[in-house]
Amino acid sequence: FTKRKLDATMLEELEDILIQADLGVDTAMAITERLSEGRYDKEIEPEEVRAILSEEVEKVLEPVARPLDLNRGKSPHVVLMVGVNGTGKTTTIGKLSQKLASEGKTVMLAAGDTFRAAAVEQLKIWGQRTGAEVVAGDTGADAAGLAFDAMKAAKEKGVDVLLIDTAGRLQNKTELMDELEKVIRVIKKLDPDAPHDVILTLDATTGQNALNQVEIFGKVAGVTGLVMTKLDGTARGGILVAIAAKNQLPVHFIGVGEGVEDLEPFSAKDFASAIAGLA
Amino acid sequence: MFESLSDRLSGIFDKLTGRGALSENDVNEALREIRRALIEADVALPVVRSFTDKVRNRAVGAEVVKSVTPGQMVVKIVHDQLIEMLGAESQGVDLNAAAPVAIMMVGLQGSGKTTTTAKIARRLTQRDKRKVLMASLDTRRPAAQEQLKVLGEQNDVDSLPIIEGQGPVEIAKRAMTAAKLGGYDVVLLDTAGRIHIDEPLMAEMAEVKAAADPHEIILVADALTGQDAVNLAKNFDERVGITGIALTRMDGDGRGGAALSMQAVTGKPVKLIGTGEKSDALEDFHPKRIADRILGM
Ligand SMILES: Nc1nc2c(ncn2[C@@H]2O[C@H](COP(=O)(O)OP(=O)(O)OP(=O)(O)O)[C@@H](O)[C@H]2O)c(=O)[nH]1
Ligand SMILES: Nc1nc2c(ncn2[C@@H]2O[C@H](COP(=O)(O)OP(=O)(O)OP(=O)(O)O)[C@@H](O)[C@H]2O)c(=O)[nH]1
Ligand SMILES: [K+]
Ligand SMILES: [Mg+2]
Ligand SMILES: [Mg+2]
Repeated sequence: FTKRKLDATMLEELEDILIQADLGVDTAMAITERLSEGRYDKEIEPEEVRAILSEEVEKVLEPVARPLDLNRGKSPHVVLMVGVNGTGKTTTIGKLSQKLASEGKTVMLAAGDTFRAAAVEQLKIWGQRTGAEVVAGDTGADAAGLAFDAMKAAKEKGVDVLLIDTAGRLQNKTELMDELEKVIRVIKKLDPDAPHDVILTLDATTGQNALNQVEIFGKVAGVTGLVMTKLDGTARGGILVAIAAKNQLPVHFIGVGEGVEDLEPFSAKDFASAIAGLA
Repeated sequence: MFESLSDRLSGIFDKLTGRGALSENDVNEALREIRRALIEADVALPVVRSFTDKVRNRAVGAEVVKSVTPGQMVVKIVHDQLIEMLGAESQGVDLNAAAPVAIMMVGLQGSGKTTTTAKIARRLTQRDKRKVLMASLDTRRPAAQEQLKVLGEQNDVDSLPIIEGQGPVEIAKRAMTAAKLGGYDVVLLDTAGRIHIDEPLMAEMAEVKAAADPHEIILVADALTGQDAVNLAKNFDERVGITGIALTRMDGDGRGGAALSMQAVTGKPVKLIGTGEKSDALEDFHPKRIADRILGM
């Protein structure tokens, strides 16, 4: 490959790569600016540029790549799964359940989506697949009431981890966000420290709206960590870089398929390479 | 959180008021803001480029009429161009074929196919007095077939009885036979979600198409989709030849730029808009509304 000068045109090309990975204009510009520092107008190998681009993205993501710690002496450790419709909450619970079971933990699932047709049946199948007990009520029942029952059952049975599913909701729907707040209030009645983790699922195909999702779910539900799903497609999920720069929320896992094993720890390096088009 | 395009452009053009025609320089400066606004609204970059080229052509040399400022003038040009690219007013699903008319729903995982299937079925039944049969070809996602069955019961629409162990192509054939025998007008085929680069699943989708010969193939896509909209729309269209797009979750606060992206790369119209989780939350597509939304107006 021939060397090229790192000039305005090249910077624009790099910015375009980032924009097409959904980083958004501001984050893309901030990263290419940092990249150009000390390198502007110098000759550079084409492959080297991508490597540096990847490094710069990795620097932003590195601080948020933090595993989910379920060994904090809670009994049970309560995890609440929240997010916009169809982003992968129920499936991620199924995958987590499998992971925990393989680590020798006892897991209980709570079918807190009492709204969507067959959401309860969907979670029950994940329970069967992964050997976890499922606490479920009827569709149409009160979600907070179900969460309360599940908390009680989990305490009585002495399970290690309780994973609570919730109905999908758009963050701009106040009444649905209020309902989520109520679910959390009720959980706290049985354990003031719970939920110990509130995980927001983000769909990698989602664009700039994911920033709003993080902000509002964060405010209402006290999100403690993120999982990005559907990274097995062509979407790069670059909005996560903007989110990392702004919110410093831990990213625990990525979803890479529909199967029970398709959950991987979040790696800043791998994620950044994919965005830079290296992987 | 987004500054509307009018505000941004008026900032740029404040210094220009009182001049006659827009110069190339004025327009270039404005185009940078337009580009940024469109990207923030999730319009895919290649589409942004062709869009701004068109706007440049229209705007350079345009006379600023007395009653408007240059900023408003450019916003109007952008708005008009958006509406032109977004195409005609709602066309709705086309049932102009021999009964039973098959409509196949395709899309990524979780985009809203099953919900939209039930919404269309409900509308065709209640508003258009058609006899509708729904069938779930999703043998993969846990309880997917059950989901469609429940939605059928909730909306008084028949759904094909579930037979364990049948594959998607078999189910499609069974649905078409049942529809012929049962005198149904329309058959809605809900398919499993698939990632557009998953070769075996994309091939399976093409097989279903061959078996059912659908009159409409609706790509169901999330209004919150980002830059990937062009890739997914292109791949689904190349693989099965979609006839239209249903845009879901328009009740969110996303800017909906994906609508423009998908329409631009496929040339296929947005036919329907999903505006909620309930089965009656289905609306016709109006280009002006999407244009306003993309521009934050
Ligand atoms: N390809 C792929 N599909 C996924 C992934 N995670 C979830 N899905 C699929 O996405 C669809 C939606 O997943 P769900 O787990 O039902 O999502 P949800 O957030 O619980 O949805 P609602 O409860 O309806 O809001 C399903 O078809 C899943 O199989 C992933 O990482 N990759
Ligand atoms: N707010 C809102 N939610 C919607 C809309 N359309 C669908 N949903 C919700 O999005 C989620 C996924 O919808 P489904 O219809 O199950 O999606 P799908 O494409 O069939 O999913 P898979 O079969 O798993 O690929 C559910 O929670 C639906 O209630 C919409 O227009 N607005
Ligand atoms: K989605
Ligand atoms: Mg769910
Ligand atoms: Mg479905």
